Amino acid sequence: MVSGIKLENVHKSFGGNEVIKGIDLEIEPGEFVVLVGPSGCGKSTLLNMIAGLETLGSGHIHIGGNIVDDIPPRDRDIAMVFQSYALYPTKTVRENITFGMQTRRIPKDLQKSAVEEFSTLLQIHAYLDRKPGQLSGGQRQRVAMGRALVRKPEVFLFDEPLSNLDAKLRIEMRTEIKKLHQRLGKTIVYVTHDQIEAMTLASRIAVMDNGHVRQFADPTTIYEHPVDLFVAGFMGSPPMNMLPGCLRRPDGRPVVEAPAGGGADALHFPLPDRLAARLDQPDGHQVVLGLRPETIFRAGSELPGEDRFTLNRPVSVVEPTGPDTMIVFEIGETELIARVRPEDAAEPGTPFEFEVDMAKAKLFDAKTGLHL
Amino acid sequence: MKERRISGIVQRRGPRHVLMRGLLFAILLLFCAYYLVPLVVMISTSLKSLAEIREGSLLSLPQTLDFSAWTKAWSAACVGVRCDGLAPYVWNSVLMTVPAVAISTFLGALNGYALTKWRFPGADWIFALVLFGAFIPFQVVLLPMARTLGFLGLAGTVPGLILVHSVYGLAFTTLFFRNFFIGVSNGIVQAAMVDGAGFFGIFFRVVLPMSIPAIVVTVIWQFTQIWNDFLFGVAFTIGDSNPVTVALNNVVNTSTGVKQYNVDMAAAIIAGLPTLAVYVIAGAYFVRGLSAGAIKG
Ligand SMILES: Nc1ncnc2c1ncn2[C@@H]1O[C@H](COP(=O)(O)OP(=O)(O)OP(=O)(O)O)[C@@H](O)[C@H]1O
Ligand SMILES: [Mg+2]
Repeated sequence: MVSGIKLENVHKSFGGNEVIKGIDLEIEPGEFVVLVGPSGCGKSTLLNMIAGLETLGSGHIHIGGNIVDDIPPRDRDIAMVFQSYALYPTKTVRENITFGMQTRRIPKDLQKSAVEEFSTLLQIHAYLDRKPGQLSGGQRQRVAMGRALVRKPEVFLFDEPLSNLDAKLRIEMRTEIKKLHQRLGKTIVYVTHDQIEAMTLASRIAVMDNGHVRQFADPTTIYEHPVDLFVAGFMGSPPMNMLPGCLRRPDGRPVVEAPAGGGADALHFPLPDRLAARLDQPDGHQVVLGLRPETIFRAGSELPGEDRFTLNRPVSVVEPTGPDTMIVFEIGETELIARVRPEDAAEPGTPFEFEVDMAKAKLFDAKTGLHL
Repeated sequence: MKERRISGIVQRRGPRHVLMRGLLFAILLLFCAYYLVPLVVMISTSLKSLAEIREGSLLSLPQTLDFSAWTKAWSAACVGVRCDGLAPYVWNSVLMTVPAVAISTFLGALNGYALTKWRFPGADWIFALVLFGAFIPFQVVLLPMARTLGFLGLAGTVPGLILVHSVYGLAFTTLFFRNFFIGVSNGIVQAAMVDGAGFFGIFFRVVLPMSIPAIVVTVIWQFTQIWNDFLFGVAFTIGDSNPVTVALNNVVNTSTGVKQYNVDMAAAIIAGLPTLAVYVIAGAYFVRGLSAGAIKG
């Protein structure tokens, strides 16, 4: 029996300041849901409410089909990794990990084998007898993970559990978490600021902003079909280029007209048929054209395809990242980033022929921010 | 365990620094002398014979060590009409102080924990009211308390005094623990809740082990207050149930016969020794606790 979680119109205020503004989420049993959103948007608060550490302002929370609004944390069968670790300072690492099992009177030998299992997995066996004060941040974080994992409850709540690990360890732990989820099949709600973590781990991602859930969908949908400008701008690194313009139909086919600046002629981005077919906005409608950096590349560097648009702009900044190089350029007032192969990079100031894959372009209403 | 020693910290060097250090220590020594000279005088006087006291100066050291004043103060000095020395009264004080310190410290810890980690509406008001208790002059409560003790049938007894001290100690102990727990991360308590512990489980197994420093401070404070209390002792006990402070007063203030300064001094030191012992023992533990990182997250 695996429990799902259902949030029904959940609200929460802290002294008049509304932090959670009506959230509905239905998390299937065994699902891996990742919460993302800017700092302060209410992710930890939401997690605390699921855990029962924060009372509900209004609304209901169901876990495993039961309303748990008035059930204290200890009876909810959850485990949590806190953003602040919250390890018990006077207990050793081992005691920290087994405390939850002790309070639930789990036999000693089971406790012991559980500690064995997870200390190896989390690479903390070397300091099982130390106190948290004698560990580094990343080591503490892994102990906090261990404390949550050993109990194997119905629901795991993780609040940025890998934020303090080095890049290599983070990737290892990410894989371990994914394996663990596949093995145990428990429901997981996971908060992270790491885009890749969100994309790789989630069965569905909930993008939060300022107390609302903007979109709740699987990673591909979030990435390929963001519902609005916020989600589009939040997911993806570097973020999606947002080019303001207006809708024109010079020869019957809709294009996005964007001022090129510097006295040059305005640019006309042709829209692919798929997108054009559903546009009923009048001419001159203010829109925002969303172009992911990887859909802009050096002209001719990819196999030719449909719906390509080329433009010539001077390079303003070049940012190598290793596998790719980012080229920053300007259209009108807007800075855009193109993701090109390192060998395609050019010197700043030199003109550059960009090719845009318009088939992947997104179009948003400038006023409402909604996807068109 | 020794990583947190102060000596590991890089310090400024050079002649100016040496001079400043010297000055610092000179001032410290001066203060030490200021506090220690009276004690030295007391000890040396208590070891002199009466004749020697009469002849010599206050600051001169005893020529021979004469412990008879101490034995007398302990077991033969006259307190009122009884001449059994201070011993029975020291015992009274112990019987009173130990339970009163334990009860008030424990309840203070529980109060502080409930007021900070299990917030309820009005918690701040309750704390403000408790705090108010710290500012009540004890003379004000003497009469109502006497009535209460009489009503409870505890008038003139050591248990009565334990009750008085426990109640009036609560304001301070609650204040100490509340301020300590305010600094303890709520996350730790929340983690323990998720781990399945309840109100008392978290208190005894998570919070209390973290509060050793607060406990030590509170115990020192309460022990000193209660052991040294004279007002409640003299007001609420009679004769045989007097605490040592009241008995000491009776020893020193007996109007009959010659003034036995050596016995008075010995008695005063005896009455003051336990608080000193608590400072030394608890203080050492306090320092050890700090260096072991016991209070660091
Ligand atoms: N106990 C509290 N009292 C008052 N305001 C609070 C409290 N806890 C959180 N808040 C406020 O609620 C908002 C949401 O906080 P929360 O911790 O949920 O953010 P978050 O999304 O987890 O951010 P981050 O990514 O930085 O961890 C913030 O504006 C914060 O200031
Ligand atoms: Mg947070």
